[in-house]
Amino acid sequence: MNLLTVSGSPHVHGDNSVKKVMYGVVYALIPAMLISIYFFGFDAVRVLLISVAACLLFEWLIQKYLIKGPATINDGSALITGILLAFNVPSNLPIWIIIVGAFVAIGIAKMSFGGLGKNPFNPALVGRVFLLISFPVQMTSWPIAKPLFSSVVTDAITGPTPLGILKDGLRSGEKVSDIITQLPSYLQQLVGDMGGSLGEVSAIALLIGGLYLLIRKIITWQIPVAYLGSVIIFTGILWLVNPEQFVNPLFHLITGGLMLGVFFMATDMVSSPMSSKGQIIFGLGCGIITVVIRIWGAYPEGVSFAILIMNALTPLINNSFKPKRFGEVVKIDHK
Amino acid sequence: MKTFKLGGVHPAENKISENKAIEVLPIPKQVQIPLGQNLGAPSVPIVKKGDEVKTGQLIAKGEAFISSNIHSSVSGKVLKIDNVNDQSGYKRPAIVINVAGDEWEENIDRTDTLKKNITASKNEIIKKVHELGIVGLGGAAFPSHVKLMVPKGKKAEVLIINGVECEPYLTADHRVMLEKANELLVGTKILMKALGVNKALIGIENNKPDAIEHLSKLSKEYEGIEVHPLKVKYPQGGEKQLIKALTNREVPSGTLPIEVGCVVQNVGTALAVYEAVQKNKPLFERVVTITGKAIKNPSNFLVRIGTPISELIEACGGIPDKTSKIIGGGPMMGKSLVTPDAPIVKGSSGVLLFDEKESKRVEEKACIRCASCIKVCPMGLEPVLISQLTKLEMYEEAEKNNIMDCIECGSCQYTCPSGKPLLDYIRLGKFKVGQIIRNRGKN
Amino acid sequence: MNDVIIFAVISLSGIGFAAAVILYFVAQKFKVIEDPKIDEVEEALPAANCGGCGYPGCRNFSEACVKKANNDKNIEGLNCPVGGNEVMSKVASILGLEVEAQEPMVAVLRCSGSKKNAPKKVEYDGPMTCAFAHNLYQGESACPYGCLGLGDCVEACNFNAMYMDEETGLPVIIEDNCVACGACVEACPRDIIELRNVGKKSKRIFVSCVNEEKGGVARKNCSVACIGCGKCFQVCKFDAITIENNLAYIDYEKCKLCRKCVEVCPTNAIHELNFPPRKIKPVEPEKPAKIKETENKQQV
Repeated sequence: MNLLTVSGSPHVHGDNSVKKVMYGVVYALIPAMLISIYFFGFDAVRVLLISVAACLLFEWLIQKYLIKGPATINDGSALITGILLAFNVPSNLPIWIIIVGAFVAIGIAKMSFGGLGKNPFNPALVGRVFLLISFPVQMTSWPIAKPLFSSVVTDAITGPTPLGILKDGLRSGEKVSDIITQLPSYLQQLVGDMGGSLGEVSAIALLIGGLYLLIRKIITWQIPVAYLGSVIIFTGILWLVNPEQFVNPLFHLITGGLMLGVFFMATDMVSSPMSSKGQIIFGLGCGIITVVIRIWGAYPEGVSFAILIMNALTPLINNSFKPKRFGEVVKIDHK
Repeated sequence: MKTFKLGGVHPAENKISENKAIEVLPIPKQVQIPLGQNLGAPSVPIVKKGDEVKTGQLIAKGEAFISSNIHSSVSGKVLKIDNVNDQSGYKRPAIVINVAGDEWEENIDRTDTLKKNITASKNEIIKKVHELGIVGLGGAAFPSHVKLMVPKGKKAEVLIINGVECEPYLTADHRVMLEKANELLVGTKILMKALGVNKALIGIENNKPDAIEHLSKLSKEYEGIEVHPLKVKYPQGGEKQLIKALTNREVPSGTLPIEVGCVVQNVGTALAVYEAVQKNKPLFERVVTITGKAIKNPSNFLVRIGTPISELIEACGGIPDKTSKIIGGGPMMGKSLVTPDAPIVKGSSGVLLFDEKESKRVEEKACIRCASCIKVCPMGLEPVLISQLTKLEMYEEAEKNNIMDCIECGSCQYTCPSGKPLLDYIRLGKFKVGQIIRNRGKN
Repeated sequence: MNDVIIFAVISLSGIGFAAAVILYFVAQKFKVIEDPKIDEVEEALPAANCGGCGYPGCRNFSEACVKKANNDKNIEGLNCPVGGNEVMSKVASILGLEVEAQEPMVAVLRCSGSKKNAPKKVEYDGPMTCAFAHNLYQGESACPYGCLGLGDCVEACNFNAMYMDEETGLPVIIEDNCVACGACVEACPRDIIELRNVGKKSKRIFVSCVNEEKGGVARKNCSVACIGCGKCFQVCKFDAITIENNLAYIDYEKCKLCRKCVEVCPTNAIHELNFPPRKIKPVEPEKPAKIKETENKQQV
């Protein structure tokens, strides 16, 4: 007999682990990754590889030489940040800008707060917003999607995203119905055949990934449902009031980074609230801010800002919305 | 199928010994009967060194209200009344008896005949339960007579018999339900009479279909007893969770089940009540499961209180080579023993042996704030928050976040992907907050 | 252009003035009148906020001092262990009082159950905090009184006066840094650490064990346990030693540091600190010198 081990109960542990959670998210990102490679070709692979490599490298360097703690780069969190950062930038972004983004995401948004689990903001979004503000030109000239094996050899053609076209059009006084005709069809938008950042173009691939996360119980339904619901309701009301001034909810759903934000950024465990009530509030807030920025803001897209703003409110939400305690409300059902 | 709503987990069931019939364990050479076996005040010994005692003789009295009598589980000579190691290795007073023969008190009915007719009155039942030292056999060992005395202003409406056995590995209650079903049902009727209720619900998780079927069939002969299958979910055997599952009543925070008109008793307790009231037999033996993946012959034994755990393991084929942890109770709420020489007490429901790999905890990592612990907490608490508050010694804040409502079921720690010792800290926090509350009462 | 500047200057000054007026009235309304002596006393304190005095921080301690001085005209019972007599006499002079000198104290560890003396019987797998382990079980060495070795005391020490010795598994007190604030005493769930007087030339004699079990039981788990044999009690001429619950205790106020008890202790449970090396007696060659005099710390 060995020396007996003494510890407090429970003496068994479920098979859940940080690694499983993280790699679950990575698997969920694969469909969108494949679509982006299909539409943006080699450039997509280049951006993905550089972003992931830079994130892993920065995490390793900081852990080894600054924090001097155990290296945890194989837990998958830096990998996710790398992929999400790549998903949030145009495919023709210069290498050095990607590396700067990775440094901001990992070094500033994550490790400076103490590493995994301590960052108040989603690292990939912080990196993205930093790049968007610092390099607006490079970050907003999206190459037009061209399928991998298509015979079109137009290489460096860039253009705005559907949301950008809409915003510019409305600014110059055009009607929604006129602008829509200049845009790719809804089907094209759904699949991802349009201008945009790497991972955000295909709503359908992101939806598949999101469902996978829900089925694996890595994320809960509260944030996605509240987020999507509030966007649909808010834009729906506006659309019903004036369809010539405001575009329909479907357009809002399938364009821009909404799907990516809803399923992969807003649901980021570390920076979102913990109770289900809090998660619903968080989702609602994200939805409303997104729509406000998209319709009245200076930027055509507001998902990143909305999520970051709500990230900042997360501690407050956690404090104010506690889970329902057992036995809190006395309910006696007398026959 | 019924179950409780909030939280819960489903650990691997591993009921290895469920098909093993209850065997009577041979009486050991010496027993150590601890004086503090039940929740509440320890009992006061009334025998002294050198006294001859018979099986079933009263040897220690529970003098406080929440306290119980202790009877000798063997016949023989009192060797000493001294401090012996308990499960955690701390010294606790116990009566040590050297066994000689097995001579029972004359008034105990040792026949197997089923005595269905309940002649005792309500008060007589409670008196019997008190005198014969019956405590809750589910694990906490709360003196049963206290539960039967409904406080003024409260009314018992439903008796709930707990046959859930939600702890993985354990099968003692399962076997009792299969082998002592009639006795158990008469015991239930006795408890109903003591409480003055005409409805009793027996809750059984549906991983024990044979027990559900058997009891459902037999219970038709007993008026007012219903058997309810429950969806398998841990910790359904918790009093408050079981009440919620069966009656949809929610026991308010900080109160007892009687607040919602319920009284919960374990199946083993119902059997012990039957034996006490109908057969005059004090609680000096109980069914204990000895199990573990490496153990040669996992079994369910009828064991005399005070028998060293090592004897039980020996009877199952000895300690397997790589045993690294011995747990008294189930894997979710049991205590790990520092020595296999600790005695079986009234609250012991099982002994579980783990090998090296099973007994090591997973490596602790950073919390990723995934809120899994919050999702599985059956009491709707935030384990991550209250354990952190304890770590930071912010006990007042922890109290505000209902740390005292924690039932220590361990679901949070079981499910935590980062392997955080959540429950360890919460337990420490409860201890500290309890101290603070007691001091407040004094001032 | 000019009017823009003028407008900005005027409007900003206006806002600033308005804010100042509001602030003034708010400050008046919520003013807390405090004895200026509290600030003075606080100034004199070490500002370590260690809690050694029994108050949450230096501010609270100075409040307590001023309050007691105003009410009772003395500050008896209030002591800053960190600052010692120097600081307390300063505090007293601020408050216009006299203060009696307090004997300097130091923390001592009353357990020698090192990994060698009290070998592991079980393995602990849980959070590294003594408070939890103490509630869980009796300890790796199976001595229910001994040091758990998880370092709550080291964690509690604000003065870098303690560290865990990896080799022995016991905490070590660095006497030079110890200010006798008592934080470690408070933190230890087993009351192993005691504050004792520093003594003449830092010489100290104490029983390094708190085990109250019977001799044989205690000895089984730890080779240097006090077995309550009473030899030290018999040899002591100054009535400094008492034996209760199988455990000897040396009263430091009565102890004259004669070292007789150290010699007779059969288990080496009595420790002497900072004494010059003994003349080696041929009679007891196996008795190991427990203290390295060159190092000014407790070695166990």
